[in-house]
Amino acid sequence: MPEWWTYSAEDFLLFSPRTYWRMIERHNDALWPAQILTLALGVAILLWLFRPRPWSDRVIAGTLAALWAWLAWGFLWERYATINWAASYLAPLFVLQAFLLAMIGGRLRWSASRTGRGLVGLALFVYALVLHPLAVPLMGRSTRGAEVFGITPDPTAIATIGLVLMAAGRWSWVLLIVPMAWCVASWATLHTLGASESWVLLAAVVLAIIPVARRRAG
Amino acid sequence: MTATRRAVLHGALATAALVMSPVRARAQPGEPTVRRIPSTGETIPPVGLGTWITFNVGDDVELREECAAVMQAFFQAGGRMIDSSPMYGSSQEVVGYGLRKLGRPTSLFAADKVWISSGARGPSQIEQSRSLWGVPRFDLLQVHNLLSWEEHLKTLFAMKAAGQLRYVGITTSEGRRHDLFETIMRRQPLDFVQVTYNIVDREVEDRILPLAADRGMGVIVNRPFQQGVLLRRLSGRPLPAWAGDIGASSWAQFILKFIISHPAVTVAIPATSQVAHVRENMASMATPLPDAAMRQRMADYVRNL
Repeated sequence: MPEWWTYSAEDFLLFSPRTYWRMIERHNDALWPAQILTLALGVAILLWLFRPRPWSDRVIAGTLAALWAWLAWGFLWERYATINWAASYLAPLFVLQAFLLAMIGGRLRWSASRTGRGLVGLALFVYALVLHPLAVPLMGRSTRGAEVFGITPDPTAIATIGLVLMAAGRWSWVLLIVPMAWCVASWATLHTLGASESWVLLAAVVLAIIPVARRRAG
Repeated sequence: MTATRRAVLHGALATAALVMSPVRARAQPGEPTVRRIPSTGETIPPVGLGTWITFNVGDDVELREECAAVMQAFFQAGGRMIDSSPMYGSSQEVVGYGLRKLGRPTSLFAADKVWISSGARGPSQIEQSRSLWGVPRFDLLQVHNLLSWEEHLKTLFAMKAAGQLRYVGITTSEGRRHDLFETIMRRQPLDFVQVTYNIVDREVEDRILPLAADRGMGVIVNRPFQQGVLLRRLSGRPLPAWAGDIGASSWAQFILKFIISHPAVTVAIPATSQVAHVRENMASMATPLPDAAMRQRMADYVRNL
């Protein structure tokens, strides 16, 4: 793009805040009551983190892979792309994340730990599951626009970052790349839309970088 | 041969007369003005309708209906030019929805853009845009932000020669690439150029607007309200008492009257999603419009706020 330094985030925002939030509301309306199912999956993952089973590592990775693949098609391709053509270019990245979760995630050990990294991961996952859906009504917008784990990308990306921070095994950091990239992109969008909860997405990225960087440096 | 020469001479004289004479058509006080497109002399209302952001509502039926209502109010107020782009998400499709709902108003002046890095794929993008609008042909096609401008201008001039297009133009915004923009203006027989211009962003007054007048090119003005930023900045400030002298009863009208009163400007294309706003915008076409001294006073007032 010529003279790219002259562009700001506002130049890339194709839609109004009203259009964006209505899109989330209509997405929720169309999928209801799937939100209950995905939240139940989140609670089940939380239980398996504290009481791992011989099969739970593969089930957690498989669940996350399925949710990312679903978000690629159900949210980015079918919904978000109607107002943001860039979403159709992001959908393959979500498919890649689903593939990586299936290939690498199944070999990781997903469990809660009392390490600093594990506690940060747990805090992020619980935030994404419980508090993030409440952010929208707390900001004065309709509860119909609540963003739920497994239904929209933001809480799913934060939850995935949290879970990967808790996971043990080689190459786990690879599973952070797409969620972190999404968080940065979504932060830029929400910040430009004037949504104050956008900073949570940036905080999740910073919280993910610190322990990973420290471990790799050590 | 003589007849052809005479026709050419008549055309040249007519063009010269248009450039040299006031481009504002005569109107009684309070009546809407019209402007002339320099390359043909066709008249057009100086306030059009932009679709950046406001018409990108996807498949949201409620918001599509609101856009159609804006278009209806626009045509009812005498508007003609609607401008869009393949870059604007679903805006073209939503314009097409509104046009179908309104029975395809014959007064429409359809302005769109080609925006793709591959010159070879320009024609297919143009055809897709035309299909989304649901129009038989575009009145004006512009190379969006000068992207692959050499290849696309060849396509557009060929379309114009074949009668598939009436006018050809180029666009930029926010003051980007003005040097290249001017170079193209000097070398290509463009009908229109589209630039950002408003009461605080006045860089184009120095070279581009005079060059457009000199070259007989129409000027379309985008981002007249700085995407709403300018109106929000001015909203708490008092409109000067003398705004009534130019028939401006709001900041939007104050700014639009400033823009469309520039002799080189043909059409300003404010974007809005509200019927009340489109009516307010269209009312700014009514005479009187500010003269040069008043324009200076207006700019000074806003600068000193």
